Amino acid sequence: MQFQFENFASFLAMNGHGPYVWFSYGVTIAVMAALVLVPVLRQRQMREAFRRQLRQEQARRRSEIARAASETAAAD
Amino acid sequence: MEKWANMKLSWQWFHRLGSPRWFYQKTSAWLPWLGAAALLLLAVGCTWGLGFAPQDAKQGNSYRIIYIHVPAAFLALAGYYIMAICGAIGLIWKMKLSFVVMRAAAPIGAVLTFVALLTGAVWGKPTWGTYWVWDARITSMLILLFLYLGVMALSGAFSRELSGDKASALLALVGTVNIPIIYKSVDWWFTLHQPATLKLTQASTIDPSMFYPLITMIAGFYLFYAWVLILHTRGLILQREWRTQWVRELLGQSAPAAKA
Amino acid sequence: MQSESVGDGRKRIAEPVLRPAVPAAAPGFFTLFRTELTLAVRRRSDIVNPLLFFVTVLALMPIGIGPEPEMLSRMAAGLIWVMALLSTLLSQESLFRSDYEDGSLEQLALQSQPLYFPVLAKVLVHWLVTGVPLAVLSPLLGMMLNLGQAGYWPLLLSLVLGTASLSLIGAVGAALTVALRRPGLLLALIIMPLYVPVLIFGTGTVQAALDGYGYGPQLAILGAILAAAAALAPLAAAGAIRISLEN
Repeated sequence: MQFQFENFASFLAMNGHGPYVWFSYGVTIAVMAALVLVPVLRQRQMREAFRRQLRQEQARRRSEIARAASETAAAD
Repeated sequence: MEKWANMKLSWQWFHRLGSPRWFYQKTSAWLPWLGAAALLLLAVGCTWGLGFAPQDAKQGNSYRIIYIHVPAAFLALAGYYIMAICGAIGLIWKMKLSFVVMRAAAPIGAVLTFVALLTGAVWGKPTWGTYWVWDARITSMLILLFLYLGVMALSGAFSRELSGDKASALLALVGTVNIPIIYKSVDWWFTLHQPATLKLTQASTIDPSMFYPLITMIAGFYLFYAWVLILHTRGLILQREWRTQWVRELLGQSAPAAKA
Repeated sequence: MQSESVGDGRKRIAEPVLRPAVPAAAPGFFTLFRTELTLAVRRRSDIVNPLLFFVTVLALMPIGIGPEPEMLSRMAAGLIWVMALLSTLLSQESLFRSDYEDGSLEQLALQSQPLYFPVLAKVLVHWLVTGVPLAVLSPLLGMMLNLGQAGYWPLLLSLVLGTASLSLIGAVGAALTVALRRPGLLLALIIMPLYVPVLIFGTGTVQAALDGYGYGPQLAILGAILAAAAALAPLAAAGAIRISLEN
């Protein structure tokens, strides 16, 4: 088994069929990369949304505690 | 009694498999290996097919598109059956996870069908002198794409998720019954109308030096399909089980410094 | 309602009649078929509209592609078949709709009898009021589109057999989409690909006759498709109805 082309330029040209071959491979690779990336990105997005929600909940709880504390202080 | 207990035991894995949570946790360990194996095979197959497989005597280098066209077409068809089988399992055993896999399989299959169609069209230009020919295989692929799009459209049309699951599973099953008939009839139609110039599609014996990289690519595509299917299924599981405790723990656990 | 004045002027007091919620004997296939047929004949627009659609669009075809007789005669069989397919599909949307909306579909589904025969009865009626008239009308349109004379009978026969399969297959789609608010385009999208074999052998029948061959084999295949569709499609449609009713 050996490399079928003399140099890299002829590998790219593929005797004139280069554009067809490379376009096919390029689109396929792009589409397959998208198939992998879409769920990964979506998962990351969900994780971030969840953390944001968590932070908001904590902030709300903290402010509630603070308000309760200040109210009890005012009552005293 | 004992026999019954044994049967229950042996079916336990099946029911556990039906639990989205179990699936999510189990596949976490598989994913990196599956992905690595798929990418490795694809990289080897691509390099082999593009650079080291000999040139075709008749078609020149344009034939190298076969190394993505054929595996994509393989999986486009196999993917439809996988989708339909998952739908059937969901309908028969009322298994939630099975429907999730079915929904995940639909867009993947549609994308692979599209890849097969596109590469076929681009391959057609240097071979037949035109991008689109109503060749039997291309036409069947196009109809397969429509079948996929129909299932996707139907699954998204229902406001109640379970109804969408069941309806699209049924449609996928009906499509499965039809696929062989469609393929046969399109074949027949094409031989009826085949112009004399288009005899290039004749399946010929393929030389081992061209065949081994093709096998590598097909294996790579299968692994890739499994990998992506699991990835998509996991994404859908998180979406569906968003409100459950285990998903909240899972998403929260990697949150850095979530201390009060 | 039960208390009616009897002939001699005495008022008869209604006896309390306990009606079973579900009729004791589920209506048989022929009863259903007759009721459906009566209903279909009464809704005249359901019969006439698909036919009008069929004829109108076919009249547009020569305007769109040009009046050259030779080209038209080459395309006639295909055009007529595709239009028959479309008008069957468009009329199919209402196949289960009114029954779904007034609840009688649910009542049918509740009966112990399988849904196979009611579905078959409805599809048979649909075919009788859309497919058969289309087929009968087709030689006339064939003439207008300059179809060769040898093609008239094969066209008519293939349409008679083929539209029955189309009605059966389309019933599955109609049942799947009956619970949706606007199923029109979705129904077409999911069912069209399944129509391909019928279309191929339908036009193949006419083409074989025009080329001077026997068209028996193609008709036989259409018959086989019809037999398979008659056995399986009502089952799938029945399943689909149950799914739609859950929604």
